[in-house]
Amino acid sequence: MSDMYDTQSLVNAAGGAPGGLPVQEPHGPGEPAKPSPDGAREKPRSLWNDAWHDLSRKPMFYVSGLLILFLIVISIWPGLIASASPLACDLAKSQDGPTSGHPFGFDQQGCDVYTRVVHGARASVSVGLFATAGVTVLGSVLGGLAGYFGGWWDAILSRISDIFFGIPILLGGVVFLSVVKGGNVTTVSIFMILLGWPQIARIARGAVITAKQQDYVQAARALGAGNARMLLRHIAPNALAPIIVVATIALGTYISLEATLSFLGVGLKPPAVSWGIDISQASSQIRNAPHMLLWPAGALSVTVLAFIMLGDAVRDALDPKLR
Amino acid sequence: MSEPILQVRNLVKHFPLTQGVLFKKQIGAVKAVDGISFDLYRGETLGIVGESGCGKSTVAKLLMNLEQATSGEVFYKGQDITKLSGRALKAVRRNIQMVFQDPYTSLNPRMTVGDIIGEPFDIHPEVAPKGSRRAKVEELLDVVGLNPEYINRYPHQFSGGQRQRIGIARGLALNPEIIICDEPVSALDVSVQAQVVNLMEKLQDEFDLSYVFIAHDLSIVRHISDRVGVMYLGRMAEIGTDAEIYEHPTHPYTQALLSAVPVPDPEAREHRERIILAGDVPSPANPPSGCRFRTRCWKAEDRCAEETPLLAVPTRFQGAGTPAEHESACHFAEEKDPVGSHAA
Repeated sequence: MSDMYDTQSLVNAAGGAPGGLPVQEPHGPGEPAKPSPDGAREKPRSLWNDAWHDLSRKPMFYVSGLLILFLIVISIWPGLIASASPLACDLAKSQDGPTSGHPFGFDQQGCDVYTRVVHGARASVSVGLFATAGVTVLGSVLGGLAGYFGGWWDAILSRISDIFFGIPILLGGVVFLSVVKGGNVTTVSIFMILLGWPQIARIARGAVITAKQQDYVQAARALGAGNARMLLRHIAPNALAPIIVVATIALGTYISLEATLSFLGVGLKPPAVSWGIDISQASSQIRNAPHMLLWPAGALSVTVLAFIMLGDAVRDALDPKLR
Repeated sequence: MSEPILQVRNLVKHFPLTQGVLFKKQIGAVKAVDGISFDLYRGETLGIVGESGCGKSTVAKLLMNLEQATSGEVFYKGQDITKLSGRALKAVRRNIQMVFQDPYTSLNPRMTVGDIIGEPFDIHPEVAPKGSRRAKVEELLDVVGLNPEYINRYPHQFSGGQRQRIGIARGLALNPEIIICDEPVSALDVSVQAQVVNLMEKLQDEFDLSYVFIAHDLSIVRHISDRVGVMYLGRMAEIGTDAEIYEHPTHPYTQALLSAVPVPDPEAREHRERIILAGDVPSPANPPSGCRFRTRCWKAEDRCAEETPLLAVPTRFQGAGTPAEHESACHFAEEKDPVGSHAA
């Protein structure tokens, strides 16, 4: 044995005698299995089961969920709670206050504000949903693939998204919508998808790159998993949370962007019924007839808030670390 | 210990250093692994030690084909696995598995323990028929000393040691012949390290496994290994049985490394000599010529800069029959350490 180090102490440093380290096993194989806390055998539960279980105990989820459900129902069947036509207007009643049967009063053209607020939900909700769905699908597929495969695809896609990021959204909206000359739900949604996808693509790319470097992805690769399994089982679920959060916040933004574009006169145009149009028309009369502005603006704010609250609740539920 | 199950020959991995975003230009390479050769025999544990950044983990990734080797071969039963892809690679993966360093990142946080340990069966459905998978997973949990009732829990509900057991169970699922362990215990508490190492030894006997055990903790490596390889800056400095390496090291780097092991006995501590190396480990992007260790070696002469020492049994020890007769990549390999005479 060399005098410069002591072999026995080398072994001692590992914590015990050479034959086997004297340690206490937390649960010996021979020991009977402890019953689970529930008493019964736990049922297999997937991530989404668990997320649902978690959501179902959150008041915020119910409040926002019911609001959104209500909004969707009145977007599809506005006649359920407002049977009159939003275009049946009587100039004689211009700017009149609330009366019986017309709880929100009348606007500049003498249209019933209540009817118009109810009918206006359809434009906002459909633009918001179409734009968000398009942006999320396009953005996460492009960004996710760029992050996963890297290389040329990634370099080109990142530069293209830089270009789109450079376009001011309102200027872009004014130019695009005056060029296509048809401010309706479809063109406004398409515009938002065209300009909105790089935001989600960047988030998705970053999230996928982070997930890709995790050891559990390497472990799956070491097991021989193919690209599809890696992307769907390991990367997508772990990259989804930031995308969901950004997408729900974006949904609210798209609804207010629709209102903004309509307010500026390039989005939806009368005779379409939209909160943005009503807010635009009411804004000049805010001193004479504040009710004309407050109801559509209030409806817009509540809608945006409901989607953001839902996004928050869903994010909490999808993150097992918070559970 | 008869036939080698894994033969590594001149394995090289250079990571290119590039400049530019769109038009990448290679301006150099990090020579993470630069010509490593060793054999792994059936049923043995080969420990690989070395300090941070010497290329240990890259070796593990190369052996798993998680990184594409720049050159060199890894033969598994005569088949070069660095050239394999697709179905053939997938087949080899059944027999070579890995246990990762950090049990906090090596388990997918969104999958239950049952899904994590059962995933190998999803990827290789021929190993276990669909109906038997749950039973197999429960059996694996039991084998690694975890309660099979935990099958539906998520990784975050477990401690570090328990998580590493889950990682080991996943590695065992396909009944592999070789398990590459990349610092499997260095993220764990000392008490838990011992449990996990003992478990791994037990499993080795039970399933006739061969381990490549990568670590920087010399004591743990000595405890578990049959043979030990010492790495420095992408090359193997010395390789031999654990007694040869720990008690009769002939490479100056090994001697210095061993002199740095903490000694718990104060009496012994006073009588030993520490070899304090000068300077830092050179950058693997620009390693020294000849012997990689020469910039910090007290024995270095001109020859060391010109001539790369090969990993071979030094001539003076050939046929000596002593424990010093093992492979050492040094021109001036000596057993007794003459630190006092040369250091001045």
